[in-house]
Amino acid sequence: MLEFLELLGKTARGSFAKLGRATFFLMHVLAGIREVLPRPNLLNKQLYSVGVLSFLIIAISGLFVGMVLGLQGYYILSDFGADESLGLMVAASLVRELGPVVSALLFAGRAGSALTAEIGLMKATEQLSGMEMMAVDPINRIITPRFLAGLISTPLLAAIFSSIGVMGGHLVGVGMLGVDDGAFWAQMQNGIDFNEDIINGVIKSVVFGFVVSWIALFEGYDSVPTSEGVSRATTRTVVNSAFSILGLDFILTALMFGDI
Amino acid sequence: MPTSASSTNHIVSVENLSFSRGTRKIFDDVSLNIPRGKVTAIMGPSGTGKTTLLKLIGGQLYPNAGRILVDGQNVHQLKTRELYNLRKRMGMLFQSGALLTDMNVYDNVAFPLREHTHLPESMIRTLVLMKLQAVGLRGAHQLMPNELSGGMARRVALARAIALDPMMIMYDEPFTGQDPISMGALVHLIKSLNTTLGLTSIIVSHDVHETAAIADYIYVLSEGRIVGQGTPQQLASSDSAWVQQFMNGDADGPVHFHYPARDYLDDLLTAK
Amino acid sequence: MQHSKTQDTLVGMFVAVGIAALFYMALQISNLGSYSNGDSYTVSARFQNSGGLKIKSPVSLAGVKIGRVSSITLDKSSHEAVVEMRIDSQYDNLPDDSSASIYTAGLLGEQYISIDPGSSEDYLKDKSRLDITSSAIVLEEMIGKFMMNKAEGK
Repeated sequence: MLEFLELLGKTARGSFAKLGRATFFLMHVLAGIREVLPRPNLLNKQLYSVGVLSFLIIAISGLFVGMVLGLQGYYILSDFGADESLGLMVAASLVRELGPVVSALLFAGRAGSALTAEIGLMKATEQLSGMEMMAVDPINRIITPRFLAGLISTPLLAAIFSSIGVMGGHLVGVGMLGVDDGAFWAQMQNGIDFNEDIINGVIKSVVFGFVVSWIALFEGYDSVPTSEGVSRATTRTVVNSAFSILGLDFILTALMFGDI
Repeated sequence: MPTSASSTNHIVSVENLSFSRGTRKIFDDVSLNIPRGKVTAIMGPSGTGKTTLLKLIGGQLYPNAGRILVDGQNVHQLKTRELYNLRKRMGMLFQSGALLTDMNVYDNVAFPLREHTHLPESMIRTLVLMKLQAVGLRGAHQLMPNELSGGMARRVALARAIALDPMMIMYDEPFTGQDPISMGALVHLIKSLNTTLGLTSIIVSHDVHETAAIADYIYVLSEGRIVGQGTPQQLASSDSAWVQQFMNGDADGPVHFHYPARDYLDDLLTAK
Repeated sequence: MQHSKTQDTLVGMFVAVGIAALFYMALQISNLGSYSNGDSYTVSARFQNSGGLKIKSPVSLAGVKIGRVSSITLDKSSHEAVVEMRIDSQYDNLPDDSSASIYTAGLLGEQYISIDPGSSEDYLKDKSRLDITSSAIVLEEMIGKFMMNKAEGK
């Protein structure tokens, strides 16, 4: 029993210490923004590897998720004779939840893990240390541009995911199952509110992008500089990102849409 | 070369330095001086914290006690900006080279120039090619780091380290894992750069012969203390058994071949 | 910094597509596209029961959407719901004796106001009032009445 408590205490202390390091890290990263903004080239390069390279997986996943929503939604709604609401159902699910959440999860898997591995390996090969000795702050030079790129990319990726998803739903619902085209769009436009749904969805994806980029970069920066350490850090990035995204999604949904 | 009023002919002074990692004492009250314009070697077996010493000098680690003066400034009391300004005048050559793997050789050497100066690209090009010429790799400027051999990577890193014309360069194990030819090239380079550029060099190494060939003065570290110092000739004729064992590479001596253990026979005969 | 032109182009395309997607969501998916920009007039109607009507519920005539509900308030003296709706100004020829009813789209759908045009020569203007209204049909009430009738009829 005592051993268990001791272990618990040790774990808690370790977690708090890590949280503290992560907070300082974040402050340092944010402070670096004013160094990065005058150098758009640094940002561009990262937008390419973080955003552009994630585009394909996001677009394809969005298309299929939208098509599945169209199919499943149609089966359920047509039982109630409400298949004209298909557009609304597809769009609401995508814009409010699936767009921000699934694209953030995919982003964590595609770009987050790559960021952790990249930073971890840079640490292991003394590149970060070397940069420090060249009087270049590695956080400003390496981490902050990647953080900004993540922050900018996620809402764009989520918007792409949702838009393509709606098109996929339209393709299946209207194109294959014969839902009325006008009703599909009209119901959707009636039901989806710009402020309440679209803006909140975008806010969600910005929050997810912030958290995923933070986790990924910190895990890389804080990793044990060995091949095993980097591989563990990469795993932690994906797992912690997924937990954070889903947990935060609940909290944000409750705050935005719910009356809790 | 800028010198502050308090600096003497010692570019680095380590005074009563103590440093420990966890419970392990790495340095215990170590004092040493690095003379300006000379090649000074810090030697000792693996795991004696030679690299740690360089990181302490560079301000990347903080000592538990004692202080380190670089060019008259106490490294660990400088503000971040001042420390960074000091680091611009210190080059460091990491064991792995620490080249930035996402840029080619040219951009790696240009990196410190682009970060710290506002020179036009044409002048940067001239400087980069000059530095690469100095290490004999001008022809390799468009290669990526993963296309270089270990020795070439170290030479590129050396070109990068001298890009800002520093006052001193710290070499972390420059000879480890090199074939005889690249080893020879590096030995020659370190020596010639030191004289032609008027640098101060600090070499951390356990390769006795190569180091002894170019060093003006050698400190030998073991178990957190300085166990011997002097010119290579003085050390070769040192009466310390430990230094003799290290310099000659004997398998047994004051440092035993066997890790401390129970009696051999006992261990074998104890049934467990 | 050595940087490739194609990379810059791709980043530019990515950002452009992302922003286009945001616009697509705003204009095609949400109701932002169907907001008429101020060119509308307000009419009001009183209902015994406004049911599940909400702000921004559609107002339609012959199935065509002509406006939206802009406010729902309670008249404290008469205990009636006062519903104000903004009608697109292009529909400026609605007879002033038109009636307003609250209907439900489908069995479980959204509630909306349907305008039934009258025969007057005068048209509705800003701040006009629709006098003939029929309230929302509350499903529970109907089921309750139906059950009562059944029980009585037995």
